[in-house]
Amino acid sequence: MNNLLPKLPVADWIDTLVDWLTTTFEGLFDGITIVLEFIVDILVGVFGFIPPILLIILLALLAWKLANKKIALFTLIGLLLVDNLGYWEPMIDTLALVLSSVFISIIIGIPLGIWASQNNTVRNIIVPILDFMQTMPAFVYLIPAIFFFSIGVVPGVVSSVIFAMPPTIRLTILGIKQVPSDITEATESFGSTTSQRLIKVQLPIAMPTILAGINQSIMLALSMVVIAAMVGAPGLGADVYRAVTQIQIGRGFEAGIAIVVLAIILDRITQNVGTKKKGEI
Amino acid sequence: MESKAKIKVEDVTKIFGKNAKKAVQLLNKGETKQEILKKTGSTVGVNKASFEVFPGEIFVIMGLSGSGKSTLVRMFNRLIDPTIGKIYIDGQEIVRMSKEELRKVRREKISMVFQKFALLPHRTILENAEFGLEIQGVDKEMRRQRALDSLQLVGLSGYEHQYPDQLSGGMQQRVGLARALANDPDILLMDEAFSALDPLIRKDMQDELLDLQSNMEKTIIFITHDLDEALRIGDRIALMKDGSIVQVGTPEEILMNPSNDYVERFVEDVDLSKVLTANHIMKRAEAVNIDRGPRVALEMMKKLGISSIYVVNKRRELLGAITAADAKKASETNKGIETILQTDVSCVSGDTLLTDLFDKVSTAIIPVAVTDEKNRLKGILVRGAVIGALAGNNENINASSIQEVQKMEEVL
Repeated sequence: MNNLLPKLPVADWIDTLVDWLTTTFEGLFDGITIVLEFIVDILVGVFGFIPPILLIILLALLAWKLANKKIALFTLIGLLLVDNLGYWEPMIDTLALVLSSVFISIIIGIPLGIWASQNNTVRNIIVPILDFMQTMPAFVYLIPAIFFFSIGVVPGVVSSVIFAMPPTIRLTILGIKQVPSDITEATESFGSTTSQRLIKVQLPIAMPTILAGINQSIMLALSMVVIAAMVGAPGLGADVYRAVTQIQIGRGFEAGIAIVVLAIILDRITQNVGTKKKGEI
Repeated sequence: MESKAKIKVEDVTKIFGKNAKKAVQLLNKGETKQEILKKTGSTVGVNKASFEVFPGEIFVIMGLSGSGKSTLVRMFNRLIDPTIGKIYIDGQEIVRMSKEELRKVRREKISMVFQKFALLPHRTILENAEFGLEIQGVDKEMRRQRALDSLQLVGLSGYEHQYPDQLSGGMQQRVGLARALANDPDILLMDEAFSALDPLIRKDMQDELLDLQSNMEKTIIFITHDLDEALRIGDRIALMKDGSIVQVGTPEEILMNPSNDYVERFVEDVDLSKVLTANHIMKRAEAVNIDRGPRVALEMMKKLGISSIYVVNKRRELLGAITAADAKKASETNKGIETILQTDVSCVSGDTLLTDLFDKVSTAIIPVAVTDEKNRLKGILVRGAVIGALAGNNENINASSIQEVQKMEEVL
């Protein structure tokens, strides 16, 4: 096909940009790598240190406290099954990967969401970037992630963060914007400062929505585990990936079931944190 | 300031939209809201409003939805900034204030009550009532005490630890009122505060507000679209239409002398019995001085064609009434009026509302007497006139009570 214009060398530009970033910000990327590895290691260390049966009981009790008896029972049986199938250690790796990704999503995403909710210009810049982050196929930024952070758990965390952060930001913006205008007006009319309005009124009222965003982020981070495994992140994803490449249907299913169990537990517990709080009010 | 106005509003205008400057120019040329919308795409929210509100009065701003009344009231505490114009509160120009100064005014001088209550759903009733003080940084003990006092004032003691959604609409608005009062502001802005409540509760709240007001003497700006409400609680009323103030006056002035067709149409369905008072409909009183004999009284009654007459002393204080039959007997036996005087006559004060008069007027044998605070006879209420006034017949409504007093002085 003959184009009127010569093909734009977008691919070359990106390659050049990535090369430049890799050499220029080497120190920064190394720093990030150290921090992320440290967070993941701590989580793996803590969860790995506790004997499986004790951790299962602790998690079941947590589910009971935060959610309800049914979910506690599911947690108990589901995790016992995972342990029985022999996927306990990969599951801990995956849990650590997901929790650290979500933790980073929250500490970056909520402040960004708050900022964007207060400032239209910021929102107009952030929202398209979020769209880009969510719709760009994850494999594509997996490649530069390897350049920046080499192989292992860190590029997995980074790509999970990129993929999982948007809902936290979006729903933080939404939650704050959804606070009824007469309530913000009333807050203003009593002479509150911007930070008083934010801390005493907007954030507490937006909290259930923000928690729903965090729940979404957890689910998205979990959906990234197989992709993260491709860059060498350990965990259940690695088992699934290996099973796929070696056409071991049975093993693939076992690892898949373990992911599903983990997903349901994380989802139900975090979902209920929001609704239960609302119910108490 | 030269005047003693609490709030003074001068030429305040609010244009919504981008072409504010052009819209103001067109407005100055005298073009209407509709023309300006067509030419500039901007909406005139409030059009050159000017008036004064005096300390301690309930000033009602009334108009239909879209008339700009909510916009106007929000400019008093600058939730909305006026496009042009000046607003003085206690002589201070608030439009030019810095953020800090404005915050101080909002914290200390003005509180607002909202139509949809605008309570904080995640806080208890007590915490809601404390909110204004918390923002000011009042210490915990102090603000708790003041919030409790304020809740007690509105009759919500015992509900402190409930959450807003556990309360009925009327009670929620009491919380809104308590929250506003806890700051002890000079000025209370009430934006359709009772409009979301059902009619019976609304009436209770109006009574309660009047009751509270008689003790606190705040300056209250009350927004409403309900004329009955405006007439019930307003000391003065400003009527708004299409962003302009059409008329400002006491409820009587607005009802009796509507300044234009719009006001007239607005007020034509008003229940007159809730507006007219005894002063408006009383007739001049025929009375006989107690020093005169029964024969004089009898003669007066005969001449006027009536069967009973009020008796007063020299200071025109009402003593009682006598009937023609008794006067005849007394004149035959040469006794004085005082021996036949009936003292249990029903009398009312001049500012009694018509609606509260029906019972007395319908059961009284002789016309009900209207007296002033010194028990001086001012006039009488004839049944026919009461009914005529109710029917909106102007002949039965006195132009002004001053004239009435003059007439009576001639008689006596």
